[in-house]
Amino acid sequence: MDNDVRELYQEVILDHGKNPRNFRQPEDANFEAQGNNPLCGDRLTVYLKVDEDRVIRDAAFEGRGCAISMASASMMTQIVSGKTVSQVQYLFDKFHKLCTGEIEEFPQDEFAHDVDKLRVMSGVRQFPMRVKCATLSWHTMNAAVAGDSETSTE
Amino acid sequence: MDATLSNIDLQRSHYDVDAIRAEFPILASEINGYPLAFLDSGASAQKPECVLRRMDDVYRRSYANVHRGAYTLSQAATDYYEGARKTVARYINARSDDEIVFTHNVTAAINLVAHSYGRKFLQRGDEVIISQMEHHANIVPWQLLRDEIGIELKVAPIDQKGNLLLDQLAKMFSHKTKLVSLTHVSNVLGTIVPIKKVIDLAHERDIPVLIDGAQGIVHTRVDVQDLDAEFYAFTGHKLYGPSGIGVLYGKKDLLNTMPPYEGGGDMIERVTFEKTTYRDAPARFEAGTPPIVEAAGLAAAIDYVDGIGVENISAHEQELLAYATERLNEVDGITIYGEAQHKAGIISFTLDKVHPHDIGTIIDSRGVSVRAGHHCAQPLMDWFGIAATTRASFGMYNSKQDVDALVDGLKYVKEIFS
Repeated sequence: MDNDVRELYQEVILDHGKNPRNFRQPEDANFEAQGNNPLCGDRLTVYLKVDEDRVIRDAAFEGRGCAISMASASMMTQIVSGKTVSQVQYLFDKFHKLCTGEIEEFPQDEFAHDVDKLRVMSGVRQFPMRVKCATLSWHTMNAAVAGDSETSTE
Repeated sequence: MDATLSNIDLQRSHYDVDAIRAEFPILASEINGYPLAFLDSGASAQKPECVLRRMDDVYRRSYANVHRGAYTLSQAATDYYEGARKTVARYINARSDDEIVFTHNVTAAINLVAHSYGRKFLQRGDEVIISQMEHHANIVPWQLLRDEIGIELKVAPIDQKGNLLLDQLAKMFSHKTKLVSLTHVSNVLGTIVPIKKVIDLAHERDIPVLIDGAQGIVHTRVDVQDLDAEFYAFTGHKLYGPSGIGVLYGKKDLLNTMPPYEGGGDMIERVTFEKTTYRDAPARFEAGTPPIVEAAGLAAAIDYVDGIGVENISAHEQELLAYATERLNEVDGITIYGEAQHKAGIISFTLDKVHPHDIGTIIDSRGVSVRAGHHCAQPLMDWFGIAATTRASFGMYNSKQDVDALVDGLKYVKEIFS
């Protein structure tokens, strides 16, 4: 268990948790959504700038939450930037399955390089109560691109 | 030293926490390779053998549906169920068993009052006063009533330490005030509210009072005749009894003026398709098959608590609270929320900027169970300007070792986050 905790709270996650990247509200964002985890009261807003070719040009977020949710949101903003909406929806699906333990590994496809970073979040599998912390930002991003302004982990 | 003090000392020296722990099978568990340090009794307490045995016995030997069954087993189950009502009535010193309504929990009890009493006696513009430190269970039912019939919800303030500001509360009373609904003990801050004073103040203006005793009954002796509140609600599972059973105490004459909340079997006098008449309380409020075995378990729990003495349990918890407060203050970066003059065995805190959920997960890996989050008291969290706290709450079985495990766990958290 000590090892599981250490794997979950590894350096990369602690770093992103303490110093989240893209923690801001871009002025030119054209998609945004608010995510709530009603069980713990955590909230965050994801902002996206999506161009006419459905490519995400900028991704950012603001909010409050635990180290896992902050780190996951921070890494997500880095990964989705430059990808198309359908690509990030595909990534969300795979990431979600990785966190819940539905799949063991990311498929070795064109995104293998990008998702190397995300693999560090997979330690959350050992803590079912914390999966929602890791996936809240992704659910919110997914809702934003789908045009839903609010989402919830419930 | 006077006689009273030495008596208390004598009683305390007889408080054998190891013997009590031995009565709670779950406390022998290991969690993630560490001995369980269970510090979440404020959310739900663990159960002693006598409760587990009683419930098992009823299911094995005395189970059937209650009331109206003209056979031995139904009578046996009815005896357990109605016997539990007597036990509760005696424990809180109600005038009559008929003042004890079994519900499913405190939430259900407060909803019952909001729906039944609220709809009958409150109207648009009337005011219900609650406090800044209520659990959602004593906020949301009143908001639903507000949205439905247009009452106003007023919030009595507290100070930074978590004391209810009685003077300000008294100033809020007006001819529009139709109910004060107040927690006995804050589930976050541990504040023991001087409810007797509040009740007296309210009664000077003929304002009825409901007390949310979810935490209160666990830590203090409750005498409903002495308190004189119109309603007192509590739940079994925090009092070392089973989940699924709660109690609404209400003054008999008042209960009998209130319309039923849920309709169904067991609560009627006579049903025709044109008209139904209702039985008196408590039956009127107990539609359908009640929590039979849970009632029997609750009675066993109350007998157990009463055998040890809630005053002795409370003294033990006070000792733990003082020890925990001292030890937590040794940890750099700890902020304790709730320093009221009178506190029960509940201690809420934050640690640097580490989120309580991270703390919860990490110390669980060392066997320590605490609650992390908003504790169903988001308005209180907002008032303090925080999103969440970590909360340790003590039960009769906790020891100083549990507190030490908590402090060691927090040091481990700091190590990870350093």
